[in-house]
Amino acid sequence: MKNAAPLELHVPEPPARPGEVPDFGWLKIAPAGSVARPDIATPPHEMRGHAYTLIRVLDERGAASGPWDPKLDAETLRRGLRTMMLTRAYDERMFRAQRQGKTSFYMRCTGEEAIGVAQAMALDDRDMVFPTYRLQGLLIARGWPLIEMMNQVFSNTRDRLKGRQMPVLYASREARFFSIAGNLATHLPEAVGWAMASAIKHDNRIAAGWIGEGSTAEGDFHHALTFASVYRAPVVLNIVNNQYAISTFQRIAGGEESTFAARALGYGLPALRVDGNDFLAVYAATRWAADRARTNFGPTVIELVTYRASAHSTSDDPSKYRSAEEPGRWPLGDPIARLSGHLARLGEWSEERQAQLATELDGEVLAIQREAESYGTLASGPHHSPATMFEDVFKEMPWHLRRQRQEMGS
Amino acid sequence: MPRMNMVQALNSAMDVMMARDQNVVVFGEDVGYFGGVFRCTEGLQKKYGRDRAFDTPIAESGILAAAIGMGVYGLRPVVEIQFADYIYPATDQLVSTAARLRYRSAGAFTAPITVRAPCGGGIFGGQTHSQSPEAIFTHVCGLKTVIPSNPYDAKGLLISAIEDDDPVIFLEPKRIYNGPFDGHHDRPVTPWSEHPASEVPAGHYTVSLGEAACVRQGEQVTVLAYGTMVHVALAGAEEAGVDAEILDLRTLIPLDIETIVASVGKTGRCLIVHEATRTSGFGAELAALVQEHCFYALEAPIVRITGWDTPYPHALEWDYFPGPRRVAEGLKKVMAD
Ligand SMILES: Cc1ncc(C[n+]2csc(CCOP(=O)(O)OP(=O)(O)O)c2C)c(N)n1
Ligand SMILES: [Mg+2]
Repeated sequence: MKNAAPLELHVPEPPARPGEVPDFGWLKIAPAGSVARPDIATPPHEMRGHAYTLIRVLDERGAASGPWDPKLDAETLRRGLRTMMLTRAYDERMFRAQRQGKTSFYMRCTGEEAIGVAQAMALDDRDMVFPTYRLQGLLIARGWPLIEMMNQVFSNTRDRLKGRQMPVLYASREARFFSIAGNLATHLPEAVGWAMASAIKHDNRIAAGWIGEGSTAEGDFHHALTFASVYRAPVVLNIVNNQYAISTFQRIAGGEESTFAARALGYGLPALRVDGNDFLAVYAATRWAADRARTNFGPTVIELVTYRASAHSTSDDPSKYRSAEEPGRWPLGDPIARLSGHLARLGEWSEERQAQLATELDGEVLAIQREAESYGTLASGPHHSPATMFEDVFKEMPWHLRRQRQEMGS
Repeated sequence: MPRMNMVQALNSAMDVMMARDQNVVVFGEDVGYFGGVFRCTEGLQKKYGRDRAFDTPIAESGILAAAIGMGVYGLRPVVEIQFADYIYPATDQLVSTAARLRYRSAGAFTAPITVRAPCGGGIFGGQTHSQSPEAIFTHVCGLKTVIPSNPYDAKGLLISAIEDDDPVIFLEPKRIYNGPFDGHHDRPVTPWSEHPASEVPAGHYTVSLGEAACVRQGEQVTVLAYGTMVHVALAGAEEAGVDAEILDLRTLIPLDIETIVASVGKTGRCLIVHEATRTSGFGAELAALVQEHCFYALEAPIVRITGWDTPYPHALEWDYFPGPRRVAEGLKKVMAD
């Protein structure tokens, strides 16, 4: 080692910066239908390869094939398509409302709709979900009314969260949708705890949690995997790899030399790496993991490979750190276009019906938005009364909070 | 002299220190290529290279731990926690190592690190982009805690923090990054360029840690404030028509006790203002110190105007924020007895 060159710090870089040609050549895409589907009882060490491949059902022409094809009927597929389109229509309207100054902030899930929607359909409605802020599709697919979501986004008088949370940090006990945390990753080991409780009580409900690939760097992600593994908790742990964490490419989160799915292997957990823009593959993989958990074979880690097609949030400007052409070059396409193309190929859908549905859904969303605005917006009010601020800090309000409420003069 | 807002002044401090000292490195989430979500580190990677200004994984504990390790090697890391509200995963590193390393090794090892974090509300950030957690750090023995209120101080204090051989928590009130803010949220925003403290030397200078500044001389009452609340206190005193002496503490640990004692000794009254929640807030420490040192000079009970003891509510931000009206009421109360 005498003549070794001095040490150098390696700092990962994305393949292309603004002004450079985007390149997704590094993404190895397994052909649709090519990945085996193991039995749900398969021991983790016998399926390690699934952490490094890409489970796909739909091919480039919209045909479904292979053992992961969930063989859903056309009615179910149309329901999935409609819910994804509704999610996108909702996102576009709320994004615009923020731009019009009606609220402070918004986050879209554009390009990632298959994840929330297909997974909600693959899980039981009674299962408990611990989502991130980009899983509005999950809440919509569970049938939670858009009016409730908009009331939250506008922090108006009907907001069930009493105007306390930033837009999109929904919570709904009825929809078994856990209160979304602003502090990344905290909820993932909590999902495991819920699943452990379900096992302690000999229940048959499972939990599912989601985390962005960027957030897998937090210690809490690793606590989730350790506890899930040790107690064989009935939980599905989803990593949404949309390539970015605000401005940083997934290599900064540790995606350069391995996959995020492969994180599971060191913990002795099974992992599935899935084309996240393929509705059928996402559905099938989630179903596999849910069935496995429900039959006492324990947890599964799923990496959903997708692309954050729009900005991180309304506060973000992606042109500062990635090429404007990049979203258009993403090789796994758009989840809505792909499912729509598949249905058309089956003779169950058409471009006209697609266009008609898009118009119809936008109208539906707009009508609900008008109603929500009639209950107030962040900008113009009305809001919940200031006195409500002191409620729910504790179950019973201690003297010092009562005194502060008085001091505030309301 | 150049005019700078607070973001530019902080950037300039890091730039000056990176140029002067090859051991200064800057890192954090979105800090490298992008230059930080508040743009404080813009251009540093381009100028000093990827191994001196870089992005990190989203892991605050990892960021602090890496900084400590580099500090032990002999570097002077300046790390950014994207929002002070996200510093909690790093608490163990801060409390158990950074704060105690010098003590537990009897000086054999030290952690000369600076931890920058935007704090405070006023941008509709809700409960996870608005907190003022300074008292958590002042309670830990071994951490210095700094909160500037204007561009000139921000640069001079940040240079002092980087040059300091102890760990420094450097909290930046985000609401005043782009202009002074007196709490009148319904009035047009004023930029820093019209404020004298936006005249910032381009080169190296320091504002010493542990020295308060008197931003308004007065005879009737002493107001202790820091960060955004300095500007709110000025407006509040104006509106109350009270001849207040307003001290900008600038550094909480070490605290400039002499300046505080001299002022309260003169005025005989004291109002404490901070945005953080009240119970066990830094105001409690200040009140205790003032009564210990100035008991016989005090003519009235000390009054605290602070954020309420609740999380920061999104829509009710301006009912939560201790604005000039509440400061004026506090001044009237402390003057009543
Ligand atoms: C503990 C913590 N640190 C930092 C942040 C600031 N932050 C909010 S979102 C985000 C990026 C998250 O990226 P990823 O996990 O990939 O999710 P995505 O936004 O891509 O869905 C960061 C750094 C935070 N909210 N919480
Ligand atoms: Mg991401």
